[in-house]
Amino acid sequence: MASGAFAESGADLELLGITKRFPGFTAIEHLDLTIPAGSFFALLGPSGCGKTTTLRLVAGLEEPTEGRILIGGKDVTTLKPYQRPVNTVFQSYALFPHMTVLENVAFGLRRRKIADPVAKAQEALRLVELEHLATRKPQQLSGGQQQRVALARAVVNRPALLLLDEPLGALDLKLRRQMQLELKSIQEEVGLTFLHVTHDQEEAMTMADTVAVMNKGRIEQLGAPEELYELPRTAFVANFLGQSNLFTGEVVGTTSTSITVGIEGVKIVVPKARAQRHAGEVTVGIRPEKLHLLTEEPKVETGTNVLGPGRVIDVSFSGVSTQYIVAIPGVGTVIVFSQNLGFGPVIADGAEVWVGWQVDHGFGLEDDPGETPRFPADTDTATIAVQKKRALMSELEEA
Amino acid sequence: MAFSAFATGTAQEQAPRRKSKIALFLLLPGILYLALFFLVPLVSLVITSFQAPIPNGDIGEYQTAFRWENYTDAIGLYGEHILRSFLYAIAATIFALLFSYPLAYFIGVKARRWPLLQNLMLVLVIAPFFISFLLRTLAWKSILSDESVVITGLKALALMAPDAHFTGTPAAVIFGLTYNFIPFMTLPLYSTLERLDTRLLEAGGDLYSRPSMTFFTVTVPLSMSGIVSGVLLTFIPAAGDYINASRDFLGGTGTAMMGNVIESNFLVTLNYPAAASLSIILMAVILVMVTAYVKRSGTEDLL
Repeated sequence: MASGAFAESGADLELLGITKRFPGFTAIEHLDLTIPAGSFFALLGPSGCGKTTTLRLVAGLEEPTEGRILIGGKDVTTLKPYQRPVNTVFQSYALFPHMTVLENVAFGLRRRKIADPVAKAQEALRLVELEHLATRKPQQLSGGQQQRVALARAVVNRPALLLLDEPLGALDLKLRRQMQLELKSIQEEVGLTFLHVTHDQEEAMTMADTVAVMNKGRIEQLGAPEELYELPRTAFVANFLGQSNLFTGEVVGTTSTSITVGIEGVKIVVPKARAQRHAGEVTVGIRPEKLHLLTEEPKVETGTNVLGPGRVIDVSFSGVSTQYIVAIPGVGTVIVFSQNLGFGPVIADGAEVWVGWQVDHGFGLEDDPGETPRFPADTDTATIAVQKKRALMSELEEA
Repeated sequence: MAFSAFATGTAQEQAPRRKSKIALFLLLPGILYLALFFLVPLVSLVITSFQAPIPNGDIGEYQTAFRWENYTDAIGLYGEHILRSFLYAIAATIFALLFSYPLAYFIGVKARRWPLLQNLMLVLVIAPFFISFLLRTLAWKSILSDESVVITGLKALALMAPDAHFTGTPAAVIFGLTYNFIPFMTLPLYSTLERLDTRLLEAGGDLYSRPSMTFFTVTVPLSMSGIVSGVLLTFIPAAGDYINASRDFLGGTGTAMMGNVIESNFLVTLNYPAAASLSIILMAVILVMVTAYVKRSGTEDLL
């Protein structure tokens, strides 16, 4: 049984005050991070946020400008890559083209002079269900198979810490879903500490126990996926993990349990426990799927927030749900996701609507609204188009 | 239906035939050239190598015969030179490889970040070709002669015995061969190392391999095609070289190689059959050694 052989537990990873400067720019700014043993930790962020640099620092492929790296309590900052109990699944897989799949997997074992490398390599290939391709060369395999070889080549060494550098980036959607599940099950089976770097928020949320959202060389927020999604602390997190409707205004009233924010005469109530700041100008938000669309003006009730009347300016049907964009005078545009309980969209383009949500679902951000937002609101079509283009460009660059 | 199938069938059959006619036509000049300037001289060389002297004839007069003793005589007389040729060529190939590999690695891998430096260094590797090979070898002869600054300097520092010479020694010949063939070794090495994926070296380090181990298990196998072509481009001409070992250049009386012997047989003693049989022996030995080497390095598919 594979799990019997690989049942070694992982080790804690600690980054203490890590700074990495390259000529001309700072990739990481004073980063402190602790990843407990045995966890599946994801570093999530857009291109150029410093996540890959962090990974390379842990692997020893880069040296930190300042700070220390500890693995299992042992300082490895000055150790060379080959001296660290760490293995990496590279974004490019980096399989040795002149060796067979089996020799690739046995490479690390041979370098460490571990007894019976071939049998252990075959066992690792069995774990990723590729033992029948052991004698092939990497270039004779498909992308998904190469990815599994790269994974086997890293896992077979039973590293204290396994680093995954966007390993699923080059795969198509279906294969990626399948690999996500496989990775997760392998992690549970072998019990190693996984540090996974990705720009795919869905991948991070489905696979990791803990997600750290990184932006501009620092960690914006760290927590369990549900926690990050339901209670984002910054506008960047609110918009990078899913979509959010954000409103900025002054706090006009406070009770023992909630704050009231006034926006162009409309009042939005947010629970105090879910708001990071309780006075002055604040930004509050609500996830689009938490909103209800109402075709008639509702009665004012405590426990709900209502905005409107507004007009539906766009309806887009996406199978599971329909996205409505509602323009509300004075407030701006609001995105609403509505599950398709019936057949197709139920509200037509141009209809007059109100949007309402439960007070308990709102959240307040800690960003100072005075600053220019680090992440522009993605509600207007121009920004969406620009973002799509950028995503495409970065994908092309990576490819 | 049947007719159309038949029609497409013949069309498919005709297409490659038409293509091959054009290919043949395009190959014709090359084939003619090779036949005229390679095949004919080769056959003539083989015939010459079996010729026997005309009884009571003049020096340099031979008749067609099947005198295979020419070969045994050549081996008997010049065995030492044959052996010396291959030893010098092997030594020069090894030194050229040891010198060129780090150089090619630096230009092709380390200097990638500075394309200007890369190009400058490549020009410097090729630059000696702008000057005649004979002149360069003569220049080394004067640089390394007994009266030169280098040798007098070494003698002054007691690094060389006062009565020692450098030119005329085997070391000087091997030095000259190495020097002259370095560009032939460096360029093929550079062209494979330039394509080396350095991410594989990072992967090696990540998999507990020391840099030296990564070099022998990853870098060297991946640059094998460059090593093989560089070795062939150096070894084959070096084995037949007669300039460096000549007494007019870096060699001495005891350093004559096969090329020198062939030259003197052809041009001085006018013993054409001996020279021809030596040439055939040289060719055969090189062919055997190169085949064995290519088979051993397992790079038939890379060539």
